[in-house]
Amino acid sequence: MTQAEQEIRFQEKIDREIKIEPNDWMPDEYRQTLVRQISQHAHSEIVGMLPEGNWITRAPNLRRKAVLLAKVQDEAGHGLYLYSAVETLGTSREQTIDDLHTGKAKYSSIFNYPALTWADIGTIGWLVDGAAIMNQVALCRTSYGPYARAMVKICKEESFHQRQGYESLIKLCNGTPQQKAMAQDAMNRFWWPALMMFGPSDAESTHSDQSIKWKIKRFTNDELRQSFVDATVAQAEILGLTIPDPNLKWNEARGHYDFSEINWDEFWQVVKGNGPCNKERLAARVKAKEEGAWVRDAATAFAKKRAMKKSA
Amino acid sequence: MQETALFEYVLRLSDDSLILAQRLGEWCGHGPILEEDIALTNISLDLIGQAISLYDFAAELEGKGRNHDQLAYLRYENEYKNVLLVEQPNGDFAMTLLRQFFFDAFRLPLYEALMQSPVAQLAAIAAKSVKETRYHLKHSSEWVIRMGDGTEESHERAQAAIDHLWRYTSELFYEDTHDHTLQAAGQVPTMAAIQTKWNATVTSILQEATLEIPKNNWKFDGGREGRHSEHMGYLLSDLQYMQRAYPNMEW
Repeated sequence: MTQAEQEIRFQEKIDREIKIEPNDWMPDEYRQTLVRQISQHAHSEIVGMLPEGNWITRAPNLRRKAVLLAKVQDEAGHGLYLYSAVETLGTSREQTIDDLHTGKAKYSSIFNYPALTWADIGTIGWLVDGAAIMNQVALCRTSYGPYARAMVKICKEESFHQRQGYESLIKLCNGTPQQKAMAQDAMNRFWWPALMMFGPSDAESTHSDQSIKWKIKRFTNDELRQSFVDATVAQAEILGLTIPDPNLKWNEARGHYDFSEINWDEFWQVVKGNGPCNKERLAARVKAKEEGAWVRDAATAFAKKRAMKKSA
Repeated sequence: MQETALFEYVLRLSDDSLILAQRLGEWCGHGPILEEDIALTNISLDLIGQAISLYDFAAELEGKGRNHDQLAYLRYENEYKNVLLVEQPNGDFAMTLLRQFFFDAFRLPLYEALMQSPVAQLAAIAAKSVKETRYHLKHSSEWVIRMGDGTEESHERAQAAIDHLWRYTSELFYEDTHDHTLQAAGQVPTMAAIQTKWNATVTSILQEATLEIPKNNWKFDGGREGRHSEHMGYLLSDLQYMQRAYPNMEW
């Protein structure tokens, strides 16, 4: 079969909603796009552990501490499935992680913002996990089988996280004026970065068209961003928090909320490495890897020794 | 008097769990491999769960209307009764895993014995916790063996951790009048019985790991009486930060 014929058959499968599996033929660019997207997602889970992990030792009560530990542990688990999904495409976990450390691979920019107060933890759960879910629910039907299946499990846990985050903010917003102010401050800092999580606007997005055709993506960045805003406004109202956008208002004709233009300059600055915590996040990951090298070596050496003993 | 003794006894168990959980939580996001990030946070989570049940029981015994959070968060340093071992800093992965191993090897036989306690609530908590602890011990033992019998570097690091932590191990078997009261009533095991089992586990695992038990028998204690190491104040500063900075608020 010629390359062109294979491509036609591949697209037919996609059009008929048949999942692509690891051993199936796929265009190189499809494979590369998936490796890029899934590894970026995996890195986001892992780097995302840092701002939240930073609050585990300071969580205000035992229940919150347990919930936060469980959440961060789920994220490590998500990272594991996703690195495994990348491995089904022929790229090892080691290689994928190295790409993160050299700066070749990206992760969600939201994690380059600091988690400064306890309210940030609830807000990350509500807005950041909420935005992630918008993306991820769509990915449960993505065309690549292992990715779609990983996403189903991940989505269940993420929606749990979002509810927990929201529930923790309800507590703050019904608490003392100090607690309410803490929640509003977190909202002010996280709202715009959360909207940026959907990526560049459709006009600027370089990968969108082909990804939609291959059904890797089901909705465009702007569509998902709009759904997120539409879903979140009412939730903010219930909390009694003000969304920091004077232009946010319901547009009857569109059937959607209008909102201000995102500060794209800030978006690109953070993507390029100039966010408040880019250096620290990457340094923490590199340090964990370097300081853990002897542990991994020990495990490998030990496994070899035992295998030799067995065969002897 | 028995109530007071039991309160003290349960508080010690709770504090051991809480303080070790607090230390393990510090590893989150910094583990040598992703699987260990998950394992260490999971153990931390189990220990928090145990601490909640134990503090609830302690609060009930005390009968002063305190809840588990008030016990966990709002005492002064000298009121915490955990052993010095669990408050020691994480150090490298070898230090953390050896600390864990020494603790797990103590906790498992203790919980096994407490399952037989006529104090129903204590027996129930022990029965629930014993399953988790069996896992923790399996995990830490496997790493001790892997590190000891891995590379030259891992062997050295594991041995250094043992040499450093050994001085804190005898305090695990600390007893005072509270223990004696409860032992006389047949409610808790003697520490000598637990120590025999601990010795057997530690000897066999270290042997398999090609690691040595230190000759230096210098012993440290004080934790059970509320005299801690310098590390404890910093640990509590983090733990108590929110409760101290924002008193009397619900989270």
